[in-house]
Amino acid sequence: MARGEVLVNQELCKECSLCITACPHNVLRIGKSMNTKGYHPVEAFAPERCTGCTLCAVMCPDVVLTVRRKSPERK
Amino acid sequence: MARVLMKGNEALSEAAIRAGLQAFYGYPITPQNEVPGYMAEHLPLRGGVYLQAESEVAAINMVYGAAGAGARVMTSSSSPGISLKQEGISYIAAAQLPCVIVNVVRSGPGLGGIQPSQGDYFQAVKGGGHGDYRLIVLAPGNVQEMADLTTLAFDLADKWRNPVMILSDGILGQMMEPVEFAEDQKPAKVEKPWATTGAQGRKPNVVNTLDIIAEQAEKNLGRLLEKYERIKEEEVRWQEANAEDADVILVGYGTSARVARSAMELARKEGLKVGLFRPITLFPFPEKQLQALAKPDRSFVTVEMSAGQLIEDVRLAVNGMSPVYLSNRLGGMVPTPEDVLSKIRDILEGRGKA
Amino acid sequence: MKTVFERPQALTEVPMHYCPGCTHGIIHRLVGEAIDSLGILGDTIGVASVGCSVFAYDYFNCDMQQAAHGRAPAVATGIKRVLPEKMVFTYQGDGDLASIGMAEIVHAAARGENITVVFVNNAIYGMTSGQMAPTSLIGQKTATSPRGRTVEEMGYPIKMCELLATLEGPSYLARVSSHDARHVLQAGKAIKKAFEMQQHNKGFAMVEVLSTCNVNWGLSPVNALKWLEENMIPQYPLGVFRDVTAKEGN
Repeated sequence: MARGEVLVNQELCKECSLCITACPHNVLRIGKSMNTKGYHPVEAFAPERCTGCTLCAVMCPDVVLTVRRKSPERK
Repeated sequence: MARVLMKGNEALSEAAIRAGLQAFYGYPITPQNEVPGYMAEHLPLRGGVYLQAESEVAAINMVYGAAGAGARVMTSSSSPGISLKQEGISYIAAAQLPCVIVNVVRSGPGLGGIQPSQGDYFQAVKGGGHGDYRLIVLAPGNVQEMADLTTLAFDLADKWRNPVMILSDGILGQMMEPVEFAEDQKPAKVEKPWATTGAQGRKPNVVNTLDIIAEQAEKNLGRLLEKYERIKEEEVRWQEANAEDADVILVGYGTSARVARSAMELARKEGLKVGLFRPITLFPFPEKQLQALAKPDRSFVTVEMSAGQLIEDVRLAVNGMSPVYLSNRLGGMVPTPEDVLSKIRDILEGRGKA
Repeated sequence: MKTVFERPQALTEVPMHYCPGCTHGIIHRLVGEAIDSLGILGDTIGVASVGCSVFAYDYFNCDMQQAAHGRAPAVATGIKRVLPEKMVFTYQGDGDLASIGMAEIVHAAARGENITVVFVNNAIYGMTSGQMAPTSLIGQKTATSPRGRTVEEMGYPIKMCELLATLEGPSYLARVSSHDARHVLQAGKAIKKAFEMQQHNKGFAMVEVLSTCNVNWGLSPVNALKWLEENMIPQYPLGVFRDVTAKEGN
């Protein structure tokens, strides 16, 4: 069971990949779906690896990601 | 308050403080230095902000900020400084912010001289900066009016959400005359629900001039132009004397109107039928009022300290019904009543060139 | 599950117009987070500038004024002087702040004007399509330095934090970066501190955030972060150049 969860606001994503490189657990990738602006929003393809560390969201320029966590490790 | 003897620039400043001025942002330039001097001396002691900016450009942008934040605010300068302020003035007009800008005009172009002039007429009444906009322009003709029209300027600025310019010159600024202030003047309390005062319990307000969608920009500009049309309907102010039977009507504002009045009095003593028309609002220009006076057997003479600027608006107003002549001096020189009288004689004796 | 990261209240829902991967969006969010964490949203007035961040008034959920190019510090001064109890910040790029607005920023700093300045330095004019900026690096190719910026022709890049640190007015001057999560978190702390300085009436506070412009740099978003780290940081060293509270034991 994953400790964290990443929620993607599909319409805001611009497919820049900064979140993917920021994720230390290789949870995210560019998805196959397309939003109305023509971008392929990021998706959590390995959600079970998510720790809810928020580093993806920290690097996201478009505030696409909401992060949830079981028991907060920090903040 | 009893009548007191004051310089024009000081009367203007005192009137502004009495009108509830909250902030003055300026930059030194001759011949308007009495205004920031008076403000620095008095405004902070009476609850307002005085700040000397690093440039005229900064000063007008401080005015933009404070006006956008809902304050009664003004700046003053003189011609080269007013040119520098044009960027900010255009933005203020576009954002429909109320403020008062004083131009104590000196001669130009370029650095020009520090003597009085009316060479900034076009700049003041036709916009001045980039884009389609207008200022409300008031032209005081004596020290009492330097005070009264300043009070009016703040009220008009708030009423119309528009920058108001007071077009003065070094003579009006420096001359001393008795002036009286109302005893019980209370600054008008104006609600400004659009102002950026912190979005406490309401949606955020935005003061903005960017309008990049052409269809929308045209509509917004249309609303701005409609406002100017209403201002033209409601705010025209002028004065006339001896116009009814006049063969020649002198047209002038500010210092030139004083010269024109003296010329008229000299002419009347000689039995010449000469009248005076003095626009007090230069925008809106008293176009219809002038038009009503136009007829083929009557001449108009604009008395100017500019190279034929006012004359263009007078010609537009009379629309070919009457010949219009120019009597002017330039470069900081002030026309004398005798100069004007000699022009009148030329015209009446058929020697004038319209 | 508990939400540990979400959109700050201080940002509107309006999607930002920035190019994919542009770190402006990150810096907007950091400003929003600072406003949220200080609980000052209803007391804050922001001043947007001219450049890529020209639409910032659409993105911040507080009262906003849009200033002419470079004049944001003057506009902010005008606001702050008549509303001294309110929080006033400017958000400016390098062309706006370090070129056309040099006089306004220097004098606001010299006066110790009690405002917060967020200065986004991406070493290029983004909005106008990639011209040389006052902060462009030596050798950097731009639309108006197509063979690279040379000292002989265009002189040296301007280091704003160092320049303003020669003045006595500023209370806080810091340069931070947006090239990785650790630095973004540090940048967030610096921005919050710059707002706190204003809250405590310490006077002028500026945070310079090194930022990317991957499109005009001709790089991918991810490679742009790397370029920033490898090229901009050596020219623009990170750090705190002024902190008047440091002596007070903060």
